Amino acid sequence: MAEIERHSFDVLVVGAGGAGLRAAIAAHDAGAKVGIVCKSLLGKAHTVMAEGGIAAAMANVWAEDNWQVHFRDTMRGGKMLNHWRMAQLHAQEAPDRVRELEEWGALFDRTPDGLISQRDFGGHRYARLAHVGDRTGLELIRTLQQRAVALGIEVFMECTITKLVKSDGRIAGAFGYWRESGRFVAFEAPSVVLATGGIGKSYKVTSNSWEYTGDGHALALEAGASLVNMEFVQFHPTGMVWPPSVKGILVTESVRGDGGVLRNSEGRRFMFDYIPEFFKAETADSEEEADRWYEDKTNNRRPPELLPRDEVARAINSEVKAGRGSPHGGVFLDIASRRTPEYIRRRLPSMYHQFKELADVDITAEPMEVGPTCHYVMGGVAVDPDTGESVVPGLYAAGEVAGGMHGANRLGGNSLSDLLVFGRRTGLNAAYAVVRRRAERPTISDEEIRAASEHALAPFSIEGGENPYTVQHDLQEVMHNLVGIIRTAEEMEQALTDLAALRERITRLSVEGHRQYNPGWHLALDLHNMLRVSECIARAALERTESRGGHTRDDYPATDDSWGKLNLHCRLDGEAVGITREPLPQMPDDLRELFN
Amino acid sequence: MGYDLKMKVWRGDATGGDLVDYTVPVEEGEVVLDALHRIQATQSGDLAVRWNCKAGKCGSCSTEINGKPRLACMTRLSTFEEGETVTVTPLRTFPVVRDLVTDVSYNYKVAETVPAFAPEPRPADGQYRMQQVDVERGQEFRKCIECFLCQNVCHVIRDHEENKQSFSGPRFFLRYAELEMHPLDTNDRRALAREQAGIGMCNITKCCTEVCPEGIHITDNAIIPMKERVVDRSFDPVTWLGRKIFRRDQLEEAQVPQTGAE
Repeated sequence: MAEIERHSFDVLVVGAGGAGLRAAIAAHDAGAKVGIVCKSLLGKAHTVMAEGGIAAAMANVWAEDNWQVHFRDTMRGGKMLNHWRMAQLHAQEAPDRVRELEEWGALFDRTPDGLISQRDFGGHRYARLAHVGDRTGLELIRTLQQRAVALGIEVFMECTITKLVKSDGRIAGAFGYWRESGRFVAFEAPSVVLATGGIGKSYKVTSNSWEYTGDGHALALEAGASLVNMEFVQFHPTGMVWPPSVKGILVTESVRGDGGVLRNSEGRRFMFDYIPEFFKAETADSEEEADRWYEDKTNNRRPPELLPRDEVARAINSEVKAGRGSPHGGVFLDIASRRTPEYIRRRLPSMYHQFKELADVDITAEPMEVGPTCHYVMGGVAVDPDTGESVVPGLYAAGEVAGGMHGANRLGGNSLSDLLVFGRRTGLNAAYAVVRRRAERPTISDEEIRAASEHALAPFSIEGGENPYTVQHDLQEVMHNLVGIIRTAEEMEQALTDLAALRERITRLSVEGHRQYNPGWHLALDLHNMLRVSECIARAALERTESRGGHTRDDYPATDDSWGKLNLHCRLDGEAVGITREPLPQMPDDLRELFN
Repeated sequence: MGYDLKMKVWRGDATGGDLVDYTVPVEEGEVVLDALHRIQATQSGDLAVRWNCKAGKCGSCSTEINGKPRLACMTRLSTFEEGETVTVTPLRTFPVVRDLVTDVSYNYKVAETVPAFAPEPRPADGQYRMQQVDVERGQEFRKCIECFLCQNVCHVIRDHEENKQSFSGPRFFLRYAELEMHPLDTNDRRALAREQAGIGMCNITKCCTEVCPEGIHITDNAIIPMKERVVDRSFDPVTWLGRKIFRRDQLEEAQVPQTGAE
């Protein structure tokens, strides 16, 4: 076969969202030669859609805030299933990561005395989210993008990785194709950082973009890494529900943080009916107390609308099922009757614009209709908390593709901080590892390249086979209907049968046209990853016979303490996904005391 | 509610192409990108179109719709009559890659030439202090989603490929203005804005402002103030005297900041 394009780096970063860019900057600062590969144009990654803010205990608004409180909130939000060490590092380092963005040009909203302003969000004891209106993700990605460009880091845009290559049990690099030309390219690198984000495109109703096909999850699994906590998928409580074409698009939690409330068709603030025992002591039990809390957090408890996302999403789901939903099958999110139009437009400009343009709704004058949407996967590559390295030497993961940090449920605002804290740690450690092994440079054999090329080109050689768009649609139906927000054993067993049938169908995909910028072909390759990840979610969800965080079983509605000591890991055994139960890492006593 | 939409979509590559007719069923509330996706899923699986967020936040799906530069994800079909044919063509200012996808690398090359933000050192307590009113101007510019519609519509480069060498375009005037007006920045970018970015070539026709999906007042709030600052620098009597005293090349060297990190 013809020679293909080859590049050699110390650290190859796959993905150019917040985690990937932060990892690349860190690796560059540590002296490594770094390359970034991303599926879209630079600056378009899913981070751009994050709205509310970056959670960091900077204590700019509430002096009582500190990393211990943030750590405790994060663990409790994750229903104690988080890796304690990741939650600790995250809470300790997030403030520095935010200040660093400011040094690189980010312009956060300010407090009256000129510091970075912080806003309220679900599950956070104090107002803690550094923000820029409701477009914080755009600010974060643009700041990191501009920093990476200024440092001269090489970026391979619109390039998709289809395989990780190993040699002698270690990572040797990655293989992929240019989307624009369809030509293949190989990257040789002793350290590869996965920062590919999530899996939401396997679901019908999602806030996620087309890129979220679980690439990093599947690549890691196939390279021999394990995925942890895959049963936990976050359904954000407030996605748009109407019109149909925008169903699932995110409505930021800031609407509630800034005073918005949820009501059913009877006008009732129904969240007061859904306060779980676990959060009772810290949640207001009257509307009066809840409303006072925005001004006086010392003497009042939080409104139930600001319970963690899993609680709110389940409550909305129940209200709609009970027939108390809005005309288009959601509930009402009302800020119009509670805040002035000027306040709403200043604090929530993107939401105002989004509803006005896409739904003809003026959110300063009328309530929004909202319902749950697949938003985030807590599960991901199991990594060493301090370094981000997986069990495969040289393979790292950071951001949404990494698992452990958020346990059974992620708090809003903890994602952007996760990207920064673990992006940096992972990038540094990926670079240090290369320095330690300077003499050894991996190479990718022609044999590996031939096999990867053949696999990638297969859909062109089949005529009259399955349409990849139809298969994706069918997969989304299966995951939405059978492994969605409320689960039962029977439905998940059905899902596994359906997924097996889909696996068979993707061996017979056909694509039309040629290799140049061909979305049908790109989807055909992505489907492979989507199916792998979907199977992991379904198997892990079937195995965990309890309800906890982002995993709700209709047949096992209670939270079970014995399951609170276990993480589920998915590994690939040949073509089969195997599940193992592993004990939760033990928290040291000084941290444990924070929960007494 | 639903109806059959007639569309003409430009299909082809760098060597040429044509408008292709499609009839596609559409539903209430849909946008042009929904119709393009349905063509992909049911009629032409290889129709190339860039998109990501489908919520007007990433700026990927820029095209020309009935001749107007728009985001396909934010252009509702209800803005057209039911019988009206909707024509979608690629951005004209950039070379076609395939179908509706263009090569926008010019913008990324220009981005590399903008000198980085260079803040003053942190004060002793480690906290930068800025007032909300002082950051709001920059925040308006930082709303930019890099859809490049302003670049596409700017006639300095739309019909004059040769100007791309010496002209950065409205998106980057926004960037220069943002840095120039940043309360903490220490660089002086005025010489660069004129000499390298070619801000003088802009004759403020406001086409960029009209197409900005974020509603940024590119001309009034960024370009005109930048032009004024550039002029102030060039014709300020003290600077003028300075030129007489120092050799011109020394002065330029001293004032043009270096591209790069530090």
